[in-house]
Amino acid sequence: MEVKNLTCINCPMGCALTVEMNDDEVLSVSGNTCNRGDVYARKEMTNPTRIVTSTVRVSDGKSDMVSVKTREDIPKGKIFECVQALKDVCAQAPIRIGDVIAANIADTGIDIIATRNVDKDH
Amino acid sequence: MKDYDIVIIGGGPAGLAAAVSAKQHGIDSILIIERDRELGGILNQCIHNGFGLHTFKEELTGPEYADRFIRQVDQLQIEYKLNTMVMDIGPDKRVTAMNREEGMFEIRAKAVILAMGCRERPRGALNIPGYRPAGIYSAGTAQRLVNMEGYMPGREVVILGSGDIGLIMARRMTLEGAKVKVVAELMPYSGGLKRNIVQCLDDYGIPLKLSHTVVDIKGKERVEGVTLAQVDERGTPIAGTEEFYSCDTLLLSVGLIPENELSRGMGVEIDPVTSGPKVNESLETNMDGVFACGNVLHVHDLVDYVSQEAAAAGRNAADYVIDARNTDSCVRAGSAEDGGEQEIVLKPVSGVRYTVPSVIRAVHMDEELTVRFRVDDVYRDCYVSAYFDDERVIRKRRQIVAPGEMEEVKLTREQILQHPDLKTITFTVEEA
Repeated sequence: MEVKNLTCINCPMGCALTVEMNDDEVLSVSGNTCNRGDVYARKEMTNPTRIVTSTVRVSDGKSDMVSVKTREDIPKGKIFECVQALKDVCAQAPIRIGDVIAANIADTGIDIIATRNVDKDH
Repeated sequence: MKDYDIVIIGGGPAGLAAAVSAKQHGIDSILIIERDRELGGILNQCIHNGFGLHTFKEELTGPEYADRFIRQVDQLQIEYKLNTMVMDIGPDKRVTAMNREEGMFEIRAKAVILAMGCRERPRGALNIPGYRPAGIYSAGTAQRLVNMEGYMPGREVVILGSGDIGLIMARRMTLEGAKVKVVAELMPYSGGLKRNIVQCLDDYGIPLKLSHTVVDIKGKERVEGVTLAQVDERGTPIAGTEEFYSCDTLLLSVGLIPENELSRGMGVEIDPVTSGPKVNESLETNMDGVFACGNVLHVHDLVDYVSQEAAAAGRNAADYVIDARNTDSCVRAGSAEDGGEQEIVLKPVSGVRYTVPSVIRAVHMDEELTVRFRVDDVYRDCYVSAYFDDERVIRKRRQIVAPGEMEEVKLTREQILQHPDLKTITFTVEEA
């Protein structure tokens, strides 16, 4: 059995959660004040995911950079691979919010989409 | 000289929401003045997600949140000027502004909405000893450089202050390949949101040292390192606790200050606690027809609340203009004669640092009024209470309140009207 410590993020309480694990199985969650802590701990221990946001270079745009995000959460362990894969991406202006900038980033099955508009530089 | 019903100073989240709301409440003649090259304000550099959970029930990034409002401004055909700096606002609401196309010009406004936002506290406000080498940035400056200009300010980073921008930048710099060695916080608690501590520091193994500060900066041309020390309850460094961190960059995330030079210039009374204007229930300052909202009024942690507050300011400014149109210019609705201008003072005491608004005129109140405030310390298992003169009317149990998270209490007009001679409403934190 393995014991992991987490901080709950659902409210400013920031309960110190203790999770007992047996391999990939959550045996118990303690330290939480409400049920949201239990739900959070189980998700964090079995399948932690994050939305990743970053920027990529733009050519021929009014701005040099465009902000982007993963359309959905990706596994936490894929974050660095995802950001690394964006280093060499260059987006062509004009760009609209929601445009796909890179498809299936880091083999997650999730696309990277633009989060701001960049007009073409005339 | 051009005339507008409402002139809004600042095209960030507050200015945009105020403009949309004023338009929806019947005012056509509106002008937003923005000094940057685009609308959206600070949201444009806040590329992380988590905006709009309350307003749109989804997690947007800053630029996406701004875009929702910019599109409304465009659809409603609200006028705005970019790259335009307001130099002065006279007590008569005459706005002096300048830009490259028009030079210096004046605009006359029936109502003004102050929505200039805030600025970061600079190094100069901190009294950190040492030289003045390159490599010291406010967290927001670094954020702009990385996210909008595409420059990395440095490779090895120490962050002083655990405000949300500092936490967000700890993650951002890490993702861009920098090594963030430590975040030091003077207070025994963080000023940032819990979620940011976990997702920006814990996720990346970045240590947070509470009750620590920078006591020395090494390096003459460029930062070579900083010395941290633990502090006692009074914030004084404890000898013998010094620890040296080599780094080329020091980011400061040590607080935000509302930007009220224009307000002061026109005679708006400023609350020394918030550094923002004192306002009444309509978010109107001591100057007739001058309203304030967003971070220029008091620093917020969630943009959703800025949008709500600004929408109220926009609506109230619209009502003010319509009222003035309908009444003889010298007698405004609800004047002193019917006794309705009676002011109820909102008083923050033990545990509560300030309230916005700070006075209420019952006749001008909506059905419900949101009073926002911050507490001065972390309190667990407590009550947030409001006393109408000596009678406790509101008592909300809270598991925790913290300075980093704005609190609110809703007052109803009915509650106020049930207390005809009410003079003072006192807000306080009480132990359970």
